[in-house]
Amino acid sequence: MTTISPPTEVRPTFAAVARASFGRDAWVLGLAGLVILLLFFTRIINPNYGAGGLQSLSVNVLPLAFAAIAQTIVVISGGIDLSIASMMALTNMVAATLMLGRSDEIGIGVFVGVLVLGVLLGAVNGMLIVWTRVADIIVTLAMSFVWAGFALWIAQAPVRSPHDWLSGLVNGSVLVDFLPKAFIVLLVSVSVVWIPLRRSRHGLALYAVGSNALAAFRSGVSVGRTKVLAYALAGLFAGMGGLALSAITGQGNPLPGGFTLASVAAVVLGGVSLAGGRGGVVGPILAVAVLSLIQTDMTFLGLNSNLATVTQGVILIAVVVLGSLTLRRRARA
Amino acid sequence: MTGVQVERRQPAIASIARMFRDQPLIPLLMLLLALVAAFAIVRPGADFPGFIAAQIRTAIPLAILAGCQTLVMLTGGIDLSVAATGSMAGFVAASLYTGPDSLFVAIGVAFLFAALIGAINGLGVGVFRVHPLIMTLGMGLVILGAANAYQLQVVRTRSGVPPELRWLGSATEGTFFPDSLLVFVPLTIVIIFMLRRTGFGRLLYALGDNPIAARLSGVKSWQVLLALYVISALLAAVAGFLVSGLTNVASVTLVNPRLLPSVAAAVIGGTSIFGGRGGFAGTIVGALILTVADSLLSTLGFPEAARQVLFGSIIVVVAAFYSRLTTES
Amino acid sequence: MTATAIPAALLLEATDVSKAYGVVVALKSASLAVKPGEVHALMGANGAGKSTLVKILSGAVRPDTGRILVRGREAAARSPGEARRNGIVSVYQEPALIPDLDLRSNLRLTGTPVGAFLHWANELGLSNVDLSDVALTLPLATQRVIDLARALAIEPDVLMLDEMTAALPANLTERVLEVVARLRGGERSVIFISHRMIEIAAVCDRATVLREGETVGVVDVTPGSEERIVQLMLGEIAGQAPATTSADVYAATKRQRDLVPRLQVKGLAAGTHLNDVDFELYPGEVLGVVALEGQGQDELFDVLCGATRASAGEVIVEGSPVNFRHPADAIRAGVVYVAADRAEALLMQRNVRENITLPSSALPRHWGPIDLGKERRRVNAAVETLQIDARAGAEVRRLSGGNQQKVTIARWIAGGVKTMLCFDPTRGIDIRTKNQIYNLLRDLVAAGAAVLLYTSELKEIQLACDRVIVIFGGRVVAELPAADADEAALLRAAYNLKQEETLPEDVAAEVVAAEERAE
Repeated sequence: MTTISPPTEVRPTFAAVARASFGRDAWVLGLAGLVILLLFFTRIINPNYGAGGLQSLSVNVLPLAFAAIAQTIVVISGGIDLSIASMMALTNMVAATLMLGRSDEIGIGVFVGVLVLGVLLGAVNGMLIVWTRVADIIVTLAMSFVWAGFALWIAQAPVRSPHDWLSGLVNGSVLVDFLPKAFIVLLVSVSVVWIPLRRSRHGLALYAVGSNALAAFRSGVSVGRTKVLAYALAGLFAGMGGLALSAITGQGNPLPGGFTLASVAAVVLGGVSLAGGRGGVVGPILAVAVLSLIQTDMTFLGLNSNLATVTQGVILIAVVVLGSLTLRRRARA
Repeated sequence: MTGVQVERRQPAIASIARMFRDQPLIPLLMLLLALVAAFAIVRPGADFPGFIAAQIRTAIPLAILAGCQTLVMLTGGIDLSVAATGSMAGFVAASLYTGPDSLFVAIGVAFLFAALIGAINGLGVGVFRVHPLIMTLGMGLVILGAANAYQLQVVRTRSGVPPELRWLGSATEGTFFPDSLLVFVPLTIVIIFMLRRTGFGRLLYALGDNPIAARLSGVKSWQVLLALYVISALLAAVAGFLVSGLTNVASVTLVNPRLLPSVAAAVIGGTSIFGGRGGFAGTIVGALILTVADSLLSTLGFPEAARQVLFGSIIVVVAAFYSRLTTES
Repeated sequence: MTATAIPAALLLEATDVSKAYGVVVALKSASLAVKPGEVHALMGANGAGKSTLVKILSGAVRPDTGRILVRGREAAARSPGEARRNGIVSVYQEPALIPDLDLRSNLRLTGTPVGAFLHWANELGLSNVDLSDVALTLPLATQRVIDLARALAIEPDVLMLDEMTAALPANLTERVLEVVARLRGGERSVIFISHRMIEIAAVCDRATVLREGETVGVVDVTPGSEERIVQLMLGEIAGQAPATTSADVYAATKRQRDLVPRLQVKGLAAGTHLNDVDFELYPGEVLGVVALEGQGQDELFDVLCGATRASAGEVIVEGSPVNFRHPADAIRAGVVYVAADRAEALLMQRNVRENITLPSSALPRHWGPIDLGKERRRVNAAVETLQIDARAGAEVRRLSGGNQQKVTIARWIAGGVKTMLCFDPTRGIDIRTKNQIYNLLRDLVAAGAAVLLYTSELKEIQLACDRVIVIFGGRVVAELPAADADEAALLRAAYNLKQEETLPEDVAAEVVAAEERAE
């Protein structure tokens, strides 16, 4: 038999590789650019916007950013979690009531305990999905009632529970004025939990299950266990979101905010495919910042702030339509 | 393939399960009756007809919204824009209403906007293949924002819920005939007839059961989906009118608390989120069950919190039960 | 071929493995014994249970009975991950790479050493693999080879190659075969599954043949053993009555009269499997199509029914060229499609009536109220014609396979048939129903319809067809009148083996090999 040198058609052209790999990060880079542009724009329309603005931006987006991270992880693994806002409300309430009138040392213990609680809530979601074989969207929709119900059970009305050490974690800045603490908190929690995980085999399994469950199964991945892991992680980040709410508002609020649907919007805008298997947490975090800045700018411009909601919806649909159009073109080519 | 027929034993449980699967309405109705009876037991001296009327009045808008979900879920979709559409319709009708003469204009304009919303949803889902969840979620945001902006424009003009809608939504003829039945009964007949006796209804089931089979049979899904989402939006508008009439409030977030329960009612009523299975009759019973269970629990002194927990648990249990029934290994 | 070098102890031993899916027994009693250092072919016609055995060995499916031992240790796996730990790794035609992950992550996911992977990739002819490439950006053929390199790199006791060469370009196939051949005589073994006899002859030491869910023989692969394998795959060929000659005459005379073909296909190509197919289908005939799995027949039927678009070639219906963009276009042109996969054709949760009348609601002008009386009459007529047992008809999925298939046919009968495309309509259904379907097809063509029938059961050709074309590698390689198309002839044609049995066996093998090289 003759030996054959590797034929050219076996390898895609350099340009194709470049386009493919750049295309993956291009969206995130574009969002980052958009955030910077919006910051400059904000500075132009409101010359007073500076370090303080950055700080309040970081603080304001923190809970939604955590919600978006939670949603991203679940979406990457091919699911969706409609109970994120409820888990945030529950962890927020638990944190507020257990810390109420207690010393800082106990408060720190509660802090850790609330994170563990978040993991447990998420794991329950995941196990119910795997055991009952009911669609993710139905189980998490139902569980959103359950978790919100528990939050309401703790107390009917918001519980004042301010703690200096807790609010000190997110308010203010680190070293220089332009480095908000809330931003550092976000950075630290992502780099402590997500980055090491993403590189591990468990993290890869999350992507594998979302990308192609059959191929993942054939590659030796336990699909059920991986799903539970995804939801447990979402619970962990929802717990962080709940603690962020405690820190920012100094209270526990039993009513879930609109974080669930907003997190889905952030995930889509952040370039994470709802089909699963793709994307990272940076895009959705930037998307949260973009959405918040658009709202800020509209307020500064004296525009009706509701137009920001319209813009959010239009952007969401436009992104998905564009995505499906490009996908179709690729399929045809 | 080598097909060798093997007899399989039928345990008794399987036949009960099969009955539940074929006639989900019977056990659901039994559950509803049990809940009503429980109310009669815990409140022996209460105004029973009044209770029934109140339950029906409260359940009707929920049932209509759940009807939207049922129709859309039959095709394997979901419509998260119904709450915003309904609120918008109620608000627009209230804001345009200046007197009895303007009623039809006010309602007509609200319907027109609803149809437009539905058409955009339908185009997005049917033509651009946007996931229904995303499409309707996005549309929900657009409607909410636009309605808010519109609200700021009209806030100076006095806007109140048209008295005709108030009558329709909240009045009762005699002791226990809620007037909203005047809208709901014909609507129910039309929807059930549509699902069972028209080509369009058949196609909804077909698209949800097996889109490939529908396509191979010559069905162009975008046409069906376009019509479907318009219908869903129009129904949502009707529900919006009734809610604003029931509560005598016109606000752009009025219907929002009923969004997730509408999905739950459809699921409890036996409609599958994956499509192809379910119907409006079950959904109505589902909406009644949720409404009565809610009143019963509050009568028993359960806090709102416990009701929510139970509510969520019921959905998981019922959905798990259906999924066990309908997946034959 | 080097039987003397193989040690006696078995590396993999599967005995009495069986598996039933509900009422369908996919595997009755299969056995497989693989010695260390051999390349062992697993052979069987479509539906012989080969793919079920592969799934069981790879851990994807659990057997009902039977034992699986690797190096004498119990190795029945509950998941592919467990099979992998037991030393059995599979490579499929569909690569098991995670599409959205880059190659480095794919390797890490399966715990594959990168150095060994690069070594094997190089051996397989991919010298400059970039580990940061995302799997789905690579051509499918490259993905398959990478999947193989990844499997080789973890040095499994048993490497199972399931049709993995089926869709590879010739040069890559050659590389794969070279590498597989080099594994012979070592510590490890390969289970090799392929439809191509030439590949079996080139690399395999022995072949286990399955038929109807049972192991029917183990053959030493030597020049000329193809005949023996084919015989085992066929089993006892009962003398089937050839199709009535009157049908042949009927079709022949029709064609002599220079009828316009109902359907004419010229140079049709689509996807990666269908390359260049030509044929004509005349009114009044059933034209059979025979092909091994994955030779382009799926794509051919998809194009003809309007489900996918052709990449090249022409389709002509009754003299006028057509370009179907949607199945609705094909249906309007009178071309209707009966799928093999009933899960693709039926509304499983709906009743018989809705399934039969589905096409009649398709167009918006038929969305209105349904005349139930008319509908019932129409459905009843179709049910009667096809003798559908609709007692369990509240949900079509509870019907037997045969009745389900009848429902998919009834859907079109109810509207009158001009041209019917049947893709393996009798797959997995009982013999009585099969006969009813053959008779129905004969009745249809007697009434002037034209039927294109792909079948995986070769004996159906003589029972139902007038004429048959054989497709191999996306091209028509043979056309036979039904009278000459017995199973042996068809199987030889389907494997693209030649008819000249008079040649000495070794010469015949050489001729075949030479032809294959020339391709």
